[in-house]
Amino acid sequence: MFDYFNPYRIFKINSTLQKIVFFCFIIVLSIGLVEALFLSPEDYLQKDSVRIMYVHVPAAWISLGIFSTIALLSFSVFVFKNKNLILISKSLAPSGILFTLIALVTGSIWGKPTWGTWWAWDARITSMLILFFFYTLYLLSFRIFEDQDRSNKISSIIAIFGAINIPIIKFSVDWWNTLHQPASISLTEKSAIHSSMLVPLVIMTAAFALFSVLIFLMKYNTELIKIKNKGLKRL
Amino acid sequence: MYGKKVKLRFLFLSLILAVLILTIFLVLKSLEDNVVYFISPTDIKELGEIDYDKKYRVGGMVKKNSVSMSSNQINFIITDLKSEISVKFSGVIPNLFSEEKGVVAEGFLKDRNFLNASKILAKHDENYMPPEVKEALKD
Repeated sequence: MFDYFNPYRIFKINSTLQKIVFFCFIIVLSIGLVEALFLSPEDYLQKDSVRIMYVHVPAAWISLGIFSTIALLSFSVFVFKNKNLILISKSLAPSGILFTLIALVTGSIWGKPTWGTWWAWDARITSMLILFFFYTLYLLSFRIFEDQDRSNKISSIIAIFGAINIPIIKFSVDWWNTLHQPASISLTEKSAIHSSMLVPLVIMTAAFALFSVLIFLMKYNTELIKIKNKGLKRL
Repeated sequence: MYGKKVKLRFLFLSLILAVLILTIFLVLKSLEDNVVYFISPTDIKELGEIDYDKKYRVGGMVKKNSVSMSSNQINFIITDLKSEISVKFSGVIPNLFSEEKGVVAEGFLKDRNFLNASKILAKHDENYMPPEVKEALKD
């Protein structure tokens, strides 16, 4: 039973999994891009700039999802004292910061033709920028502190602190007047996005999620190699 | 199931997190005036004292049939369906600016009913649909 948790075994399974995930990612992304750029209709008001949404919204969702996961895992690190959880959250962070950046940049590109400005210091956009800083701090903490126990502790604390920002990002558009529009999709209400535009949105979200999984698996294997080089037989 | 120590750590951490969230919430609550991106025409009416050297951002809907354009100037009324404020602006207006759509105007107040805008931003709502659907909704 415990053989399944052997790092060498995980490494092998992981390598095969990477190929499968990469294959799926390419297929889903191709379908998603065709849907988003050619097959889906233009918006009645924004015309073609609505297509930016198919990158912006999935990127924002995934970046929030990944940070929430990291925060939850970091919380568990203190409770269960499991080092593997740190390894998992550390491996999740790179794709998270990438999607945060994509969400910020595409939002800015969309903002210029729609709102008439590249940037506005409203609550949604500012809190998203703060999320980017938290990701940066989180990733830096592993590099700055030489002592591993110390860097593990500090990074987890940063993630837990950053978790407070997550509900602020989510609900900023409901709590305060913002330039950013409120959420179009919720679990309880009917979507404010027409169904023909939901198709590419969902496919692109799946593609981005697969990409995150791929980067996670690659990063996790790198961490395993690092551990192997240190000559440790277990995590 | 879990040991006593694990449970204790879980409780302690949850408590810290709860206190942190409460603190942040109260801080944001007290900073509310700075967190909002714009205020409504009603807020302007209820403003205690107007600072004429301060830029205000007023947001709401462009009133129907209120837009009048001359060679280098545009006048319109922002409404929040309770109060209204007239806006004067000269410059580039964003593409999405139109009647009965959201707008944010930034500039100096002349009085409680008049804003001299130096910047106009169009606000987009949460609705996305193809032109055909919009046409069908109109009928």
